Amino acid sequence: MAGVVPGVNTGSVPSSFTRTIGPVATSRLAVAVLIFMTITVGYPVFAMVRRFADLGSPGGVSRWSAIDAGLIGFTIGQAVASTALTLAIGLPLAHVLARYRFAGQGVVEAATLVPFILPTVVVAVAVQRLLSPLGVEVDGINGSLIAILVAHVVFNVSVVVRIVGGYWRQLDIRPNEAAALLGAAPWTVFRRVTFPRIAPAILAAAAVVFFFTFTSFGVIVILGGLTRATLETEIYRYAILRNDFGSAAVLAVIQAVAVAGLALVNQRLQKRLTAASSSSQAILGARPIGSLAERVHATVVVSGTLLFLLAPLLSLAVRSFVVDGQPGFGNYTALLDRPAILVISPARAVLNSILFAALAALLAALIGTTAALAAQAHGRLAHLTEIAVLVPLGISAVTLGFGYLVGFTFGDLRSSPILLITAHAVIGIPFVVAAVLPALRNFDGGVLDAAALLGAPPRRVLTKVALPILRPALVAGAGFAAAVSLGEFGASGFLARSRSSLTAPQAVFGLLGQPAPAFQGQAAALCVVLGLLVIALVLLIDRGRGSLGRSWL
Amino acid sequence: MFSHIRSMAVIVAMGAIAVGCGGADSAAEPTTVTLLAHESFVLPDGTFEAFTAETGITVEVLQTGDAGTIVANAIATAGDPVGDVLFGVDNLLLQRALDANVFVAHEAAGLDDVPDRVKLDPQNRVTPIDSGYVCVNYRADALNGAAPPTSLNDLRQPQLASQFVTQNPENSTPGLAFLFATIASFGEDGWKDFWRDLRDNGVTITPGWNEAWNNAYVGGDPGGTKGIVNSYASSPVFEGLFGGDDPVVSEILIDSCFEQIEFAGVLAGTDAPQNAGKLIDYLLSPAVQSEIPLSMFVEPVNSTATIPEEFSTWTTPITSPLALTPTEIAENQARWTQEWLELFRE
Repeated sequence: MAGVVPGVNTGSVPSSFTRTIGPVATSRLAVAVLIFMTITVGYPVFAMVRRFADLGSPGGVSRWSAIDAGLIGFTIGQAVASTALTLAIGLPLAHVLARYRFAGQGVVEAATLVPFILPTVVVAVAVQRLLSPLGVEVDGINGSLIAILVAHVVFNVSVVVRIVGGYWRQLDIRPNEAAALLGAAPWTVFRRVTFPRIAPAILAAAAVVFFFTFTSFGVIVILGGLTRATLETEIYRYAILRNDFGSAAVLAVIQAVAVAGLALVNQRLQKRLTAASSSSQAILGARPIGSLAERVHATVVVSGTLLFLLAPLLSLAVRSFVVDGQPGFGNYTALLDRPAILVISPARAVLNSILFAALAALLAALIGTTAALAAQAHGRLAHLTEIAVLVPLGISAVTLGFGYLVGFTFGDLRSSPILLITAHAVIGIPFVVAAVLPALRNFDGGVLDAAALLGAPPRRVLTKVALPILRPALVAGAGFAAAVSLGEFGASGFLARSRSSLTAPQAVFGLLGQPAPAFQGQAAALCVVLGLLVIALVLLIDRGRGSLGRSWL
Repeated sequence: MFSHIRSMAVIVAMGAIAVGCGGADSAAEPTTVTLLAHESFVLPDGTFEAFTAETGITVEVLQTGDAGTIVANAIATAGDPVGDVLFGVDNLLLQRALDANVFVAHEAAGLDDVPDRVKLDPQNRVTPIDSGYVCVNYRADALNGAAPPTSLNDLRQPQLASQFVTQNPENSTPGLAFLFATIASFGEDGWKDFWRDLRDNGVTITPGWNEAWNNAYVGGDPGGTKGIVNSYASSPVFEGLFGGDDPVVSEILIDSCFEQIEFAGVLAGTDAPQNAGKLIDYLLSPAVQSEIPLSMFVEPVNSTATIPEEFSTWTTPITSPLALTPTEIAENQARWTQEWLELFRE
């Protein structure tokens, strides 16, 4: 009954799940996940490095010359700064969404995800155009660090809002009230009572944002000018632009080692933090907005954050309703027909994206839940599982994509969609784990024990009792995995796909690439459709999640 | 003596088998041929149906990224390719692919109708399919009163350089082609001086084509203020065909054009070399070649292909494009882009 006393580290008590399904079964789950991650991430990284080292560097240039302290420093430095800023912008909104209940709350939360799934080129250029009148000129020679950071925040705020906001909402309000009653000032209550309990969620969100910005590609290329580079952009430059495969291999190794180390640090930090517990007895803090001060606070935070996130995209939305200089819906109806420059209609590309997202989310949910079940146990295997699922977020798309190409040469695997779906899914798994793991840790084990005591075999306890209770968290995590797939993160850009399976972000890219206003209008309309699609997805998830959710997402 | 005769017989027999295999029997090969291409490879729906009806070969098209990506993919998987035919390697990347032994030779039927200018591999490891041009585009009415450029050299003037947008040659294919254009035009001795003038007189550099045309160029959407942009010879064709009833169309600076030729080749390691070759023959046939202008907005290389009038109406003929050989490019590209970068860091 650890759950009733807030602040007790439930991780120190043998988990009810481990007790139910047994330590052996738990280790088997861990082994299964580690095998999956080894096949889909570890082996491809190894295969890429081996092949690229074989191919070597042109002209016998020493491949070790690719190592550059400034490069590694900038890669980590910009990721740290971006993560800090993303937290600074995202936490106030997470707080408002956790503490108040108001109409349209779900839409606000969903809207933060729109920039997250739009193609980088669209968001980066939108940020650039918005910053220019504010005095931040981004020219292609010098670039702008400010623009890079702003774009990273715009992209990643939703990660903080979803992970921290969702968790915060589930916290028991009573300790806060007790502290206030004893005379603690609001800031002290936050610092001493609230913060220690949301810290695990903040760290989880920070880890995801850090890895996303650590491997940021498009933003750096578009806004960084001629000389700024990260490990990610350099691996691409060496492999694709210069065909200096040897140097790309060296950088890929450095990146993989750095990522494994950082994932380890994250796991250690996470272990040290006291897992906040909540239970069915918790009294949740969310309530309708009361005083005028609260109303002003909520309005300022919500509208300020949304303006920051969506203002760059506003002109895009307006553009989508302009056809030949006249207002109209023509750009939207045009999405149903195949334009001369694409292989299929944009509408079909949207359907393809939905199909890929559904399949990727399904696979991510399966592996992610298994990983969470394994990770909530104790011991080396559990820790290893927790680290392993985070690693793909920080591995270069080039490394993984080429790893699949040179590693999976048997049968027709490389020309089948299996690898594409896997490439989408491995980036989604950490989100499922982030959603399901705290739900597992904070969950009142009595029901499981009761079921087991009444003679239900472990499998039955799992499918009939545990999974239904976990469903809300699972749905939330899978939803984020689907969003990740809709946004085409990761290695899929280097894999071959059949002519008819063009996806929506690729269709946007194809339309943007032609010098005709008609196609620019359709690209804008398609971006709006993608944005609405992700809002609908999130609203659907939140309905599916219901009020039982004990999750970080 | 006897054994000698016997070995001769074995050799003759083996030769006969080899001829039998090689000559014909593509029937013994898989009847599905996989064509790998970049994302800009577009042909009308059903283009391959006639090919399948005629040969019994089914064509599966797999697409990935841009030309740089598919060539890097092909080099990384050399000898064990994902498909049988690669389309989309261009003259800027050709030598890298040839040096990595990505292709096997195939002398395509119909090669006699292709001008020698675009046949860049004497061993026929690749077959030219289409040709386009990277050219400076401009709008004479948007130059703040300056006289429009008539030559590449004019761009170094302050009034024009400050109106000119081009792309980072390391990241962008048109940017790289324009750098090559200046090297082909001014030579090893002169290109850096030309670029110094561009730099000192305020040229705009963008990371890629999209940022240059759509955001900096006056003709783009949403557009910018610059009146001159490095783009393609086909850009005015797009503006004309998709620009409504009264389109505003950019002009081409003819002597700035660098030719970009796209090739197809049979991938080394394919289990269907004969059928792959037949697909290349088909890509070079007048039937497919005549579809290229309005699908990919480049010119077919087969002189017997018909060019639709809609396309030629908006096309500026490029008679003597600038060129560098694939070997010149392969040997110097890294140094040139590095020197270009250093010039902008000065």
